[in-house]
Amino acid sequence: MQSLTNRAKPVDRRPMTFAEKLYLPAIAKGMGITLKHLFKKKATVNFPEETRPFSPVFRGLHILNRDEEGRERCTACGLCAVACPAEAITMEAAERLPGEEHLYREEKYAARYEINMLRCIFCGFCEEACPKQAVYMSETFAPANYQRKGFIYGKDDMLIPHPQKQIKENNQ
Amino acid sequence: MEFTIDWYFLIEKLLLISAVLGISLVVAMYSTWGERKVAAWIQDRRGPNRAGPFGLLQPLADGGKLFFKEEIIPAEANRFLFILGPSLAMFTACLTSAVIPWGDSLTIGGREVSLQIADINIGVLWIMAVVGMGVYGIMIGGWASNNKFSLLAACRGASQVISYELPMGLALIALFMLSGSLSLKDIVEQQRDGLWFVVLQPIGFLIFLICAFAECNRTPFDLPEAENELNGGYHLEYSSMKLGFYLFAEYINMFISSVLMATLYFGGYAFPYMDSLGIDGNLLTVLGIGALFIKTLFFIFLFMWVRWTIPRFRYDQLMKLGWKVLIPLALLNMLITGAVVLFRQNGFNF
Repeated sequence: MQSLTNRAKPVDRRPMTFAEKLYLPAIAKGMGITLKHLFKKKATVNFPEETRPFSPVFRGLHILNRDEEGRERCTACGLCAVACPAEAITMEAAERLPGEEHLYREEKYAARYEINMLRCIFCGFCEEACPKQAVYMSETFAPANYQRKGFIYGKDDMLIPHPQKQIKENNQ
Repeated sequence: MEFTIDWYFLIEKLLLISAVLGISLVVAMYSTWGERKVAAWIQDRRGPNRAGPFGLLQPLADGGKLFFKEEIIPAEANRFLFILGPSLAMFTACLTSAVIPWGDSLTIGGREVSLQIADINIGVLWIMAVVGMGVYGIMIGGWASNNKFSLLAACRGASQVISYELPMGLALIALFMLSGSLSLKDIVEQQRDGLWFVVLQPIGFLIFLICAFAECNRTPFDLPEAENELNGGYHLEYSSMKLGFYLFAEYINMFISSVLMATLYFGGYAFPYMDSLGIDGNLLTVLGIGALFIKTLFFIFLFMWVRWTIPRFRYDQLMKLGWKVLIPLALLNMLITGAVVLFRQNGFNF
């Protein structure tokens, strides 16, 4: 029969010689291999203390970004929800009221913005679709939770901290 | 007739017995840790490292877990035999340590204290007898569970231990031809002055080693506890500390087998040049105990190393190896040893 690749090796079906029937040389050889493995570098990563480095293009949990002045960038256009192949994104838009200019950059903002992390496939299409650079994907992944509802991330889970507020809190 | 009790002797022996039992249990306990570590390292993993430094508290955690597990006795099981099984396994495992010379004698307050619980002149016979009894633990446990798999495993265990006791005994007979004594203390003292018996009896040692693996039900002879064919083997129905006893008895057996191999073939507490070091008395004895433990630990490591290297034998292969290879080999070894001993005694002339 013609082999599919040039790596195929015929099986040796000759009866075993006396030296092979002794088994002991083969056992010694095997023990040598396991002894070598005893001192090899371990493949395990000590997880909570050490983490495996992610690639620079890793797509983890979402972040809702703010602009330089600390205003939310999201304008609730819904393009991310449309782009999402897993239909994981839900949002409700609201109109910015006078006096809220320091909170929201555009006239319209997302009053509710939820991503179901169990539905999300972390494809990054939302990040690509966003015209306002409001959605980014970070390098963390969804931690464990006891309940399904714990995986529905709202604005308070995803919105990055206000830069000026953060400085104030750190100074206190 | 005047009858007096040597109270010091009694206290000395009681202390020695508790020390030996304690050491056996601790070594067995940490063998479980060692087993998991060696397994992990051979498989490029790290092994238990969460409980305490280097995972050293892991055996305590395992033991505690076993104690808190629910104790289940199957409804159809024979309750008396079901409890007797693991007790017997543990009992026989602990009994073997009585005749092993753990070291030379210590001198405490002008009294010479022998570090052997009982120096009986049939030492090795005692060990063979007790090890042979150990199979009842497996047999009774497997029978009492009233479970097909357990029974099958028990049958395998019984036939395996009986098959491998024969070559083991034959290998030992060749050893006794050289030593001329069944007392373990005498055997060690002879190796202290002369060569280790492994040099004189390499084939005998190999046979003894293989049989020791089979007697301890260790891989590649672990058919009585073949997880994938028998759902766990003879202790399938056992839970909680009764299961713990079975597993623990296996590790104690492993420890005792290792000590025995070190004692019979590797000089026991004797180490090379021990009498030309210029030290004597208690310090030398302590060094001797250290030497025995280093040898023992090596053999325990060998048990684990083999376990994680060699796959399990098939049942017919096991029987073939025992009856068709090891017994003829042991007989041949015995005949050659006997012939050589005769030749040397007669000064090579008839």
